[in-house]
Amino acid sequence: MGEFKKPVSEEEFDKNFGQIKPLMNQTEAHLESSRCLFCYDAPCQTACPTSIDIPLFIRQINSGDLTGSAKTIYASNYFGNACGKVCPTEVLCEGACVYVEQNVKPIEIGRLQNYATDQAISENKKLFELAPENGKKVAIIGAGPAGISCACELRTLGYVVDIFESKEKPSGLTVYGVAPYKITNEEVLDEMAYLKEQFGYSVRYNEPINSKAGLEKLEQEYDAVFIGIGLGNTSSIQLAGENLENCFGATELIEELRMNHHKVEFGEKVIVLGGGNTAMDAASESAQMGAEKVILAYRRSKTDMGAYEFEYDLAKGVGVDGWFNVTPLKIVGNGKVEGVKFARTEVVDGKLVQISGSEFTEPCDMVIRATGQSKQVAWLNQIGGLQLDGGNRIVVDVKTFQTTNKRYFAAGDAVNGGMEVVNAAADGKQAARGIHDFLS
Amino acid sequence: MPDISSNLAGIKSPNPFWLASAPPTNSGYQVMKAFDAGWGGAVWKTLGVPVVNVSSRYGGVNYRDSRLIGLNNIELITDRPLKDNLHEIEEVKKYFPDHAVVASLMVESRAEWHQIVKDVENAGADGIELNFGCPHGMCERGMGSAVGQEPEVLKTIVGWVKEVSTVPVIVKLTPNISDITVPAQAADEGGGDAISLINTIQSLVGVDIDNFVPYPVVDGKSTHGGYCGPAVKPIALNMLKNCAQHTNVNLPISGIGGIENWRDAVEYILLGATNVQVCTAVMHFGFGIIREMIPGLENYMVEKGFDSLEDMRGKALGNVTNWENLNLKHKVIADIDEEKCIGCQLCYIACEDGAHQAIGLTENNGTRVPHIIEDNCVGCNLCSIVCPVEDCITMVRKDDGTEVVTWKDRQEEGSAPTTFNDDRAGGIGHWVPEPKDALNKK
Repeated sequence: MGEFKKPVSEEEFDKNFGQIKPLMNQTEAHLESSRCLFCYDAPCQTACPTSIDIPLFIRQINSGDLTGSAKTIYASNYFGNACGKVCPTEVLCEGACVYVEQNVKPIEIGRLQNYATDQAISENKKLFELAPENGKKVAIIGAGPAGISCACELRTLGYVVDIFESKEKPSGLTVYGVAPYKITNEEVLDEMAYLKEQFGYSVRYNEPINSKAGLEKLEQEYDAVFIGIGLGNTSSIQLAGENLENCFGATELIEELRMNHHKVEFGEKVIVLGGGNTAMDAASESAQMGAEKVILAYRRSKTDMGAYEFEYDLAKGVGVDGWFNVTPLKIVGNGKVEGVKFARTEVVDGKLVQISGSEFTEPCDMVIRATGQSKQVAWLNQIGGLQLDGGNRIVVDVKTFQTTNKRYFAAGDAVNGGMEVVNAAADGKQAARGIHDFLS
Repeated sequence: MPDISSNLAGIKSPNPFWLASAPPTNSGYQVMKAFDAGWGGAVWKTLGVPVVNVSSRYGGVNYRDSRLIGLNNIELITDRPLKDNLHEIEEVKKYFPDHAVVASLMVESRAEWHQIVKDVENAGADGIELNFGCPHGMCERGMGSAVGQEPEVLKTIVGWVKEVSTVPVIVKLTPNISDITVPAQAADEGGGDAISLINTIQSLVGVDIDNFVPYPVVDGKSTHGGYCGPAVKPIALNMLKNCAQHTNVNLPISGIGGIENWRDAVEYILLGATNVQVCTAVMHFGFGIIREMIPGLENYMVEKGFDSLEDMRGKALGNVTNWENLNLKHKVIADIDEEKCIGCQLCYIACEDGAHQAIGLTENNGTRVPHIIEDNCVGCNLCSIVCPVEDCITMVRKDDGTEVVTWKDRQEEGSAPTTFNDDRAGGIGHWVPEPKDALNKK
């Protein structure tokens, strides 16, 4: 048996997916904020993609001005609460904390951030004044971190903003794609409701813009259009057996898990293919959903993995087995997944090659492909004059986020190829400034 | 082991650590418990005509995550009948004949002083401490600091006490006065055997900013209190030094104010205290802190080769002088240990905004280690004080120690600046940035 019992209720699900960054209490926040040195030109702030004035918001917590602290955070990052929980702080702000240099535990910046933002959200504190409406309208496609951040910023500048979202909930991967032990759906949606009420943009859920005609209508009705569509489904790795029952794309499975929690069926023995952060999430989640054995199989060595070390540590911590230098040849099964045929690999002259005769089949009843998300090329090609780079990412001006079709701006995963929530939040906000410059 | 027994004007105790007259010495139970824990002496909570106290008596000062760096109280002297206290003093002395029990006293008339002195002596008190320091409540009634602030009255009352006392008399002084050596001399002239200092400092400890009333709040109102705890130690040390160095103050001194560990006690003794009294630290952590104080003091004495407290008493006094006698040729410059630096740049901003713009940031080579601009460094120590890393910034002596010129010398030889635009000003030739350069800083 694995460490986790298969959850059959919401309570059991919550128990299995205990939050790795729980909310601080007042004493903890006071003690932790007291440790902050208030560095000059602080490295934590430099390391934050949204450049939050971290020493300031921590000092504000310490002096008991939680509203001021939340304002400091939100002034830089509209996903202040979500980012406190889901950011890879170990490699961003907390990794840059000067205490690390001294082998002292870095300040728990993410959790302090949540301490301040949670209070603002739960008390519905109004932190920003909106500019009078300037008579201009912007359409935003996609209510993810980039789109929502862009919308908030545009509202402060006086624009009318309508967001078109193909799904039924806002925040994109924050609610659909992040591992449940990082943030709960309620937390994500509370922040989204808080932002929407404060900034007063409209969101049309379940309203995908998926035709050229739809785009042209937006062009006619709006002064500018922002593209925040993110990425598509899990990419195919052209493996035989990919379509067998119980072989899932990680992105799709995690979405299912986020929406339906304990009601999602996981296998008894799960093999996760991939070495990125999503693979780590999928593997951890499989274990926490009660799988008896979870194997994380990566075709290269451990050090080649794209995942952050702490993400792999998290997976190992819940009982995931890491297998390295094994490449999947096919997914075997008769209608349903029954195993994965692997070959061992090695690096010869800098090239990854299969070791001949090393093939073996590992039985399992579920396979998760965490092999990256596809780009939405066909969709993007509907927009005239919109240039994509060699990796099918939207080409934008690095400062204004204006695309090669000057009425379109874009940010987030569709531009950066797939980064963190915080990157999308930063760039979406910056893009709003670009739109403002363009329209004024 | 060194001998840490103490003798203050004839009052002997197994060690120099006494409890000050305060809530921890309110009862025989507490004093007995303290002696059992290892304390050498106790000054009983001030006796007199028992008072009526208010509820809500203390207010604390916290600094970030440090609780009670300062404590303010509006409690008065004992509210228990004298006979009960006398009985308990007797009890304590029965069990602890070799420990010092000192009765703190505060009454008004000569007759009352005579009576109470006799009473406590009969109960077995080893000494008497005159509370001329309490700066709240009792002073409104002409006692406590009201006496300590009037040297003539103080002297008179000491005289009254000495008319009948047979045990040593300690005069406890108030710091709420511009020159503490004046009442200290009066205590000497009046015949006192020792002085103790400091009593608490008049204070408002803070304000409840939601209800617009200072702490501690008594039914929506407050009053000033007496301030003590670690925050007052520097003030007390200076007053101790002033009395210890004064030629007309020839009394042994019991040091009080912010003492909470052996190190604090050593500092007091080095500046001339014969023993020390502790209150706030016990109110915060209990009597158990004595377990750290005694071995700490002993270990220090062993390390320094002191056999007795008298060996070390006053060792630092000779090194405290007037500013005019300090060597103007002494020159130190800050030095940053690049290996230890963690790159917080607090030294940079402290010097940049709070001192002499003598620390520069190293641009564009990936390091956050600031550098000292030696020409600008006046050797003020600020950077080394704000640095959060032990021994990362040190002050390195640059002069060879052979040249000594003091302000007094400069005045005597006529080389001291005397006019507003004197070209002998110390800052002449010292670089300061142009005012408008401030606006180009990020």
